[in-house]
Amino acid sequence: MTAPAIAQGPAPLLAVENLKRHYVTRGFLGRGSYTVKAVDGISFAIARGETFGLVGESGSGKSTTGRLVLRLEEPSAGRVRFDGADITALPQSALKPVRRRMQIVFQDPYAALNPRMTVGDFVAEPLIVHGLAPARSEREDRVAALFRKVGLDPRFAGRYPHQFSGGQRQRVGIARAIALEPDLIVADEPITALDVSIQAQIVNLFQDLQEEHGLAYLFIAHDLSMVRYLCRRVAVMWRGRIVELGPTDAIFEDARHPYTRSLLSSVPIPDPDQERGRQPLPFDPDALRHAPDQPMVEVGAGHFVLA
Amino acid sequence: MSALLDVRGLRVRFDTPGGTVHAVNDVSYTLADGETLGVVGESGSGKSVHVLAMLGLIPRPPGRIEAGEVIFAGRDLLRLSEAELRDVRGGEIGIIFQDPMTALNPVLTVGRQIAEPLMRHRGLSRARAWARAAELLELVGIADPGRRLAQYPHQFSGGMRQRVMIAIAIACDPKLLIADEPTTALDVTVQAQILRLVRDLKARMGMSVIWITHDMGVVAGIADAVQVMYGGRIVERGPVRAIFKDPRNAYTWGLLRALPDHGRRSHRRLHQIEGQPPDLTLPPEGDPFAPRNPFATPRCFTETPPLVPAADAAPGHLVAAWYDLPRLLAEREGAR
Repeated sequence: MTAPAIAQGPAPLLAVENLKRHYVTRGFLGRGSYTVKAVDGISFAIARGETFGLVGESGSGKSTTGRLVLRLEEPSAGRVRFDGADITALPQSALKPVRRRMQIVFQDPYAALNPRMTVGDFVAEPLIVHGLAPARSEREDRVAALFRKVGLDPRFAGRYPHQFSGGQRQRVGIARAIALEPDLIVADEPITALDVSIQAQIVNLFQDLQEEHGLAYLFIAHDLSMVRYLCRRVAVMWRGRIVELGPTDAIFEDARHPYTRSLLSSVPIPDPDQERGRQPLPFDPDALRHAPDQPMVEVGAGHFVLA
Repeated sequence: MSALLDVRGLRVRFDTPGGTVHAVNDVSYTLADGETLGVVGESGSGKSVHVLAMLGLIPRPPGRIEAGEVIFAGRDLLRLSEAELRDVRGGEIGIIFQDPMTALNPVLTVGRQIAEPLMRHRGLSRARAWARAAELLELVGIADPGRRLAQYPHQFSGGMRQRVMIAIAIACDPKLLIADEPTTALDVTVQAQILRLVRDLKARMGMSVIWITHDMGVVAGIADAVQVMYGGRIVERGPVRAIFKDPRNAYTWGLLRALPDHGRRSHRRLHQIEGQPPDLTLPPEGDPFAPRNPFATPRCFTETPPLVPAADAAPGHLVAAWYDLPRLLAEREGAR
């Protein structure tokens, strides 16, 4: 499948074309080897200011996709275009200006934070790396502004990560991600580790930042109800492939791929009247084989299915 | 239905360098024979700790049970010796944890881990226990049980391991099954299978279930009654439909409103519960949710509300609140 078929608008911010990541794994005591196709030829595009959801279960390749997009991992094949420029082959040194414009927010803010660094220094670090705000006082002002923007008290900048709750740590992670005013944030399960009452705070923050700065998100998640709420378009990954991609309403109301249907039917509904007696649709993974060069078919406006 | 479990005034503390954590504060409830109780709450709410404490599974020190009784089938679990408690766990009370990999012994075959409690609690011979283990694996939906019994836990996928845990938990026909976030680490399709399995087993075996989770969707599907915990206390308890359709505690109401609407695309802003969970090292005073509660009255900050029957509510619907939530919500609607 070619990327233009699923691009949104003439010039997407991010375009991923036939991207692959294969690992060769040696067998026990080096006997034989086999290839793990973590990501196996996926294409999608994200428009400026768009929230694009990437859903799938563990091992589907969704997190690897996020890392490939940022070149935190090297693709085995395919292209990543950012703002029209092919960044797939750029040497790491030439990636620096691109990195400024693409940032990541992780699932576990605690693992992402350095325990011996104050959260203020953690947020200031990208400014220093990119030579922005070289003067200390200017930097402190920028950090204070970032803290306020994500709903943290700037007086907390001198504290250490363990002094914060999970939700506050995720706010710190977001403050760092937006420090360089990026165009795209890859958010890899950013609310999964948070309590329900805190998830809504973070999701609302993502939306406020998008409205204010025109950010685009690649929102990687397994929580389908939040994806439905937040995303304009959604891609469903299964075993390294995108099996279905389309406008959020089309995916949730008119899913065509058997895996998508099974996945959607498995999400528990927080309403006893609807949830009780509901039967998830079974899905037999072994009954389904997609040929490596199987094309996606357009079944509705912008709605594609791996037939 | 008579009470199978009667928890009275349970109070659990942890003595830490940062101070005494008031983890469970005067928790009292009963569980009827055959009832499935969903216990919901967030980290630090006491939902898991109170259950671990009554099973003798919290490390002591730093943990300590300061007060309370847990009457299970006529005996106070808190007064039992460690050996007696071991007999109860895995015997009359089956337990499933979130992470089967840490609960299963990696160097013993799955068969041995299912058969052992049968030999210990039920006095079955080795051969009978293995035969029963094979039946149990089949019962929890694991194909080819004869071969699978000889395998080790790492040879099973996450969902299959959780099925093994369930087989162990139900091996001795427990009167009570306690499930502590058993599907949280699983993919949703696997979670759906496990939920269906437990529902089927319950229908067949008639045991009571305590299902601890933070997922309101899971609770909606599995529980007869729901108990909402916050700050180590029960803040609301009632029939599942009453809790979802007619919440009386502002925390329950806020939790439900914080979820995206299901089944329709609305772009209302998600309701946020402002602030952070309570610091449990501070002595509890007043309603633990008061600092985050937009409906809080002055009394909420000074006096802890008791858990009492909610006014004009379904039978068995209890709430701990000094305010009248339906009236406040109606006033708010009217003011719009």
